[in-house]
Amino acid sequence: MKSCLIVDDSKVIRMVARKILQDLEFETVEAADGSEALDACKSQMPDAVLLDWNMPVMDGLEFLKEMRKLPGGEAPIVVFCTTENDLDHIQVAIEAGANEYIMKPFDSEIIQTKFAQAGLL
Amino acid sequence: MTPDDFDFISKLVNERSGLVLTPDKAYLLESRLMPVARKRGMKGLEELISAIRLRSEEDVIRDVTEAMTTNESFFFRDIKPFDIFREHTLPELLEACAGKKSFRVWCAAASSGQEPYSLAMVIKELGSQLDGWRYEIVGTDISTEILDKAKAGTYSQFEVQRGLPVQLLMKYFEKADDQWRISEDLRKMVQYKEFNLLEDPKALGTFDVVFCRNVLIYFDQPTKGQVLERMSALMPSHGKLFLGGAETVLGVTDKFKPISGQRGVYGVADATDAKPAPAPAAAGAQAAAS
Ligand SMILES: C[S@@+](CC[C@H](N)C(=O)[O-])C[C@H]1O[C@@H](n2cnc3c(N)ncnc32)[C@H](O)[C@@H]1O
Repeated sequence: MKSCLIVDDSKVIRMVARKILQDLEFETVEAADGSEALDACKSQMPDAVLLDWNMPVMDGLEFLKEMRKLPGGEAPIVVFCTTENDLDHIQVAIEAGANEYIMKPFDSEIIQTKFAQAGLL
Repeated sequence: MTPDDFDFISKLVNERSGLVLTPDKAYLLESRLMPVARKRGMKGLEELISAIRLRSEEDVIRDVTEAMTTNESFFFRDIKPFDIFREHTLPELLEACAGKKSFRVWCAAASSGQEPYSLAMVIKELGSQLDGWRYEIVGTDISTEILDKAKAGTYSQFEVQRGLPVQLLMKYFEKADDQWRISEDLRKMVQYKEFNLLEDPKALGTFDVVFCRNVLIYFDQPTKGQVLERMSALMPSHGKLFLGGAETVLGVTDKFKPISGQRGVYGVADATDAKPAPAPAAAGAQAAAS
C-alpha cells in the first residue's frame, strides 16, 4: 500500500481528500500546515504528498523546498492542491519541485487522473 | 410521452445517428428533450413531437438527434492509448510514410475536441523530428454544436484537469478569465468537419491512423460492422485503428486485427488474415495441411 501525506489547514478538505485517497487504496497521514508536514516527513517519508498552498505557520511552497532538502526528500511525488489557479503560481510550484498541480475545487475524478498521470496509480 | 411516441422518436434517432435507445431509456429521452423544446419556445414534449410527426421539421429532428448523443470526453482519456500512439504508432508511421513525408489522422467522434487536441500535443512534442513533414488531424462529429466548442478550444477549469498533465497545460494553454484556451498553434493543427458515421466517409480522404473511441458502444452490431468496414477502406496496410475501452472489432468485422501488446489498437487485416471460407474445399485443404 502506498502512503499519501495530506497537507491542508481545512479539516473538511482533509476529510474529503482522505476519503478519496483511501478509495484509491492509499494509506493516509494528515498535517494542518507545512511545519507539521515536515515533521511527518522526518519520521517517515510518504510516497505522495497532496499539498495546499496557503496555510498558517509554514505555507506549502516553503514546505516543498524544505522537504526536497531532507534525506530521501527527492522521492515523494508532490501534487499541489490549491485555489491558486493562474499560470504564474503553477510555474512557481513546478519549478520548486512539484510533480502535478490541482486547482480547487477538485473531485475524485480529478485526483484519480492526476495521480495516475503522476505515476502513482 | 406515450410508448408510441417513444418508439417513434427512438426509431428516428436510430436512423439518424445509429444510437440505440432501449425502452428503459425513456426517462433519458424525456430529460434530454425538455431543453430542446424550451429552447424553441415550445410548451412541452407534445409540441416538439408533433413538430416532427406532423411536419417533419428538419432542424427539430437534428436538435433532437444531437440532444440524445453523449458528448463526454477528457484529455488523454484512458492514458494508455496515447502512450501507445506516442511510443509505437508514431515512430512506425514516420517510417512507413518516410517517402511522402506526410500523414493524416482522423478522430471520428471528436466531440468537444479533447481527443484531437491530445493527439496534436503528442505530435507537437516530437519537435524537430517533424521538420519538413506535412500532417493533418481531422476531427469529425455528428453534432455541429459540440464541434463549435471544439473549434473554440476553450475549456473550463474542471475540463483541463481531467487527464491533462500540468506540464502540457503550462505549455499549450492560456488563461482567459476563468476559462483555459488552447494555443492557436494547436488549434490550427486540427480541422473540424461535420460528419455522420452512418454515411460513407470516402470524401474525407485516406487516413494512416483512426481514433474512433467511445461511439461504437452506442450502435448495434451490424452498424458497428458497417462503420468499421468503411473505415478500413480508407486506410493503407500500415493503418492503425484505436477503439474505446469497451469496444472491440472481434465478432464485429474481420477487416481489422488486434495488435498484441497494444490493447484497443487494431491493424488493417490483409488477405492472409481473412477467415478461411467455410466452403468444403477449405476444410479439405485444412485437413490436408494438418
Ligand atoms: C462519448 S463521445 C466520445 C468522444 C471522444 N472520442 C472520447 O473518447 O473521449 C461520443 C461522440 O460521438 C458522437 N456521435 C454519436 N453518433 C454519431 C454518428 N452517427 N456520427 C458521428 N458522430 C457521432 C457524439 O456527438 C459524441 O460527440
